[in-house]
Amino acid sequence: MTSADPWLNLAVSLRLGRLALDLAFDPSAPAVALVGPSGSGKSTVLRIIAGLERRARGTVRCRGEVWQDERGMQVPVWSRRLGWIPQEALLFPHLDVRQNLTYGAPSTDGLTTVADLLEIGPLLDRRPRHLSGGERQRVSVGRALLSNPRLLLLDEPFAAMDRPLRQSVGLRLREYCAPRGIPYLLVSHDERDVEALADEVWGIQSGSVVPLGR
Amino acid sequence: MPSIDPWSAVRLSLVAGAWATVLGTPVALALGWLLARTRFPGKAIVSTLTLVPLVLPPVVTGVLLLRLFGTKGPLGAPLEALGVRVPFSMAGVVLAATVMALPLYVLSVRAALTAVDPRYEEVSWTLGHGPCATFRRITLPLALPGLAAGAVLAFARALGEFGATAVLAGNIEGRTRTAPMAIYTLLEVPGREGAIGWLVGATLALALLTLVAYELLLHWQARRLEAHDLR
Repeated sequence: MTSADPWLNLAVSLRLGRLALDLAFDPSAPAVALVGPSGSGKSTVLRIIAGLERRARGTVRCRGEVWQDERGMQVPVWSRRLGWIPQEALLFPHLDVRQNLTYGAPSTDGLTTVADLLEIGPLLDRRPRHLSGGERQRVSVGRALLSNPRLLLLDEPFAAMDRPLRQSVGLRLREYCAPRGIPYLLVSHDERDVEALADEVWGIQSGSVVPLGR
Repeated sequence: MPSIDPWSAVRLSLVAGAWATVLGTPVALALGWLLARTRFPGKAIVSTLTLVPLVLPPVVTGVLLLRLFGTKGPLGAPLEALGVRVPFSMAGVVLAATVMALPLYVLSVRAALTAVDPRYEEVSWTLGHGPCATFRRITLPLALPGLAAGAVLAFARALGEFGATAVLAGNIEGRTRTAPMAIYTLLEVPGREGAIGWLVGATLALALLTLVAYELLLHWQARRLEAHDLR
């Protein structure tokens, strides 16, 4: 993948009540942010890419693989190898942090690296209900990284962290993904997060995705 | 004077209740999952049909079961050919208890599965686990206390089954006379107040035990699904 090749090609339309999306979206930088007002459909775009929103019609291609085509073929979510980091973290409440982190991991080799990177090593034996909001979000990021994803979809992943922590985690995330060639798409309301983490910014306006540049 | 063994009646009730719970589990799981997690045409009809035994008079349910599973019924005849006789047998006691307990079991399973946020399943899918693995590793453990509460409720309902059992299985000492049947029969026998008191006490104790277990399991379910992770 070079910086000129789009790693994602999205050409889909979706009608959900008052939400009408007609998307043509082909980012090429490995670190991309998607911004827009609340309710504009940013999270829905991530769900379409993940294959969680199956009512969208059109094509989705990611890193050379067709995940959805116009005839209605859809690669199942579990075969797409993506790391989805939802805003609410959604750690499995019956598993401890270690079990959450390794839930989708092909091996446990990277556990220490990721735990150190996100400074969650001391939390490994705790249950999610004993973690703060920021700790849960870091574990959620770690869980996605350890699943060996082909791309990351980040939906306001730092919302529960204070400013110094979100900057630190954001930069470490970037440092982790860049050498491994893992592109990511970040949905955020926070201008400073977008500035620090994205090389390419797109916005949703009136149901369409438009490039906003750097 | 009919010979009535209270111990035998309680034992029969416990065995029938256990079998009704075991046999009802796969059906309740399948129906509860369908109703909680899927959309399909006719879902409202399926949902309503599962509640029929709850609203029909039990005697009527018994009559319908007898028509279906009688020795010449559409289901009873083939079973008879296989050597399984349902009317006036322990199989009839178990079948009546299963059918009468099923609506509560399905409702409980549906509620337990609905209480599990489906987004946990979505996260599991994105981490490479398909629907079966996700059900086994995420949905089932999270819903387990609620599912167990449903099983306990079904067991309790099966223990108390009377009307449909009376019609389908009769009231045969040592074979189909369950605890409620024995109490009913003893009421017509003078001088057996002691046995009635013993049976009523045993039935009450079992009912209270199951209700305590039910409450504890629901409490466990609520704790397990605490909303801490959704802030």
